[in-house]
Amino acid sequence: MRRPVAVRVVGPVQWIFIPALIAVAATIVLATPIELFGLSLPEPVTPMVLAFAWPLIRPSIIAPLVLTALGLFLDVFWYGPLGLWPLALLAIYAVVLGSRSFLIGQETAVLFVWYAAGCGLAFSAAWLITTLLAGNPPSILALLGQVVPTLLLFPFADRMIERFEDGDVRFR
Amino acid sequence: MAFRDGPFENLKVPLVWTAAVAVVACAVGAVLLLVSDQRGAGSTWQPARAGVETVAGPVGGVFAAPVRWFGHLADGVGGYFFAVSENRRLKRQLAELEPWRDQAIALKNINARYEAMLGIRPEPPVPMRTARSVSDSRGPFSNARLLDIGAARGIKIGNPVINEHGLVGRIVGTSPHVSRMLLLTDVASRTPVLVDRSDARAILTGDGSGNPRLEFVRGAGSVQPGDRILTSGDGGAFPRGLPIGVAARGVDGSWRVKLFSDRGAIDYVRVLLFEDFGQLVGPEALNAPPLAALETLPEATAAQAAAIDDAAARRAAAARAALERAAEPAPAPAPAPAAAPAAGAPE
Repeated sequence: MRRPVAVRVVGPVQWIFIPALIAVAATIVLATPIELFGLSLPEPVTPMVLAFAWPLIRPSIIAPLVLTALGLFLDVFWYGPLGLWPLALLAIYAVVLGSRSFLIGQETAVLFVWYAAGCGLAFSAAWLITTLLAGNPPSILALLGQVVPTLLLFPFADRMIERFEDGDVRFR
Repeated sequence: MAFRDGPFENLKVPLVWTAAVAVVACAVGAVLLLVSDQRGAGSTWQPARAGVETVAGPVGGVFAAPVRWFGHLADGVGGYFFAVSENRRLKRQLAELEPWRDQAIALKNINARYEAMLGIRPEPPVPMRTARSVSDSRGPFSNARLLDIGAARGIKIGNPVINEHGLVGRIVGTSPHVSRMLLLTDVASRTPVLVDRSDARAILTGDGSGNPRLEFVRGAGSVQPGDRILTSGDGGAFPRGLPIGVAARGVDGSWRVKLFSDRGAIDYVRVLLFEDFGQLVGPEALNAPPLAALETLPEATAAQAAAIDDAAARRAAAARAALERAAEPAPAPAPAPAAAPAAGAPE
């Protein structure tokens, strides 16, 4: 007689909603107007970590909806045009979702290269959209000032993937 | 019968495809939002933005408060340890500035007399409100701040914002207790400016970097490094003469402005409750056709009509008399007198 095996299932609250709330909280905290020695806090786009990690953890219908909500939050909170960050975040999600079968189980270095490429795609899309809407290209140096802190968030994406990748045995 | 024992036993939900459909649907929604939103006072989504900012303002204030307290503490400690050197520096500065103060008073008096002689109506004093910055976005795509003051204190969209060094930005959104300030460095910011030395006009254009660009500069040599840049007041959005910064050449060769407002933290600011001519008069009056007011004149009274008829009759009689005088033959010319001897002629 086969013994029943306990299936550990991690629900969307654990791997979608709680990380999304953490990203929102981090965004609000990093928007605090602190200036020390002429330097202010970095302003990374924290939801990009989620846009990269979520499709690798498992495909989901909820994730794109939450990503859109997070993008809209960024648009309103940072006073950008509505729809800018949802499009940028969904671009990363779509690329990683399409490459999921290739990326699953890859080494961390390979994942970082893909994360950097995804961030590059998203920031390029945001730069193009802003240039079209404002009729004025944003400064490349200022753009790098946001890209670099966002890339430095990769360890959080890697940690999320490691933790939740095997959260549901049906997706192994 | 359990669900998995039925006809759908072998049906596998293609999760990747359903996720892809969700991505496409969300992307279409985002594009529609991009098309419909203009980030201005007339935007359909302005009430939604104001609602979020009403919540985000106090939350940002909670995080900003310890920073402010720590800043005051650090200032106090620094002031205690550097009091002597600071005192010496301030005394020297005071001695340098006293002649300038006397000159400024004298020039102010002369200027007031010129204005009185020429009948110039000077601009009225602009009331101000002090506010605190509670949240900040600094990226390349948006440079804006939330202020802890709103429409309840008279703040309106378009009001200029300054700090103790110079112009910082303008108000672009208000809710009762929170307002949104767009900085001069935002990619959507355009400010009409003038060069103090040459009075040349230009447009200050933000690009997300710390030093906005000077565009549409007219005339060769109208800008030089170190020139002070002020608001020109053109268009009526800003009062004339607010200090902005100093002109400098950028790395890319374009003219840029080092902002005065960057000399200190933009924590406390002042909102100018400035209203331009367009706001005071109203668009209906400005866009009215010429002489439209004549249609609203009342009918003439009997006395006015009699006076008008009398004046018209007098003008007609005078015209007739002039015509008759012109028709009469001219009188014969009088005989010429004998030529007098030329003065000093020899007899």
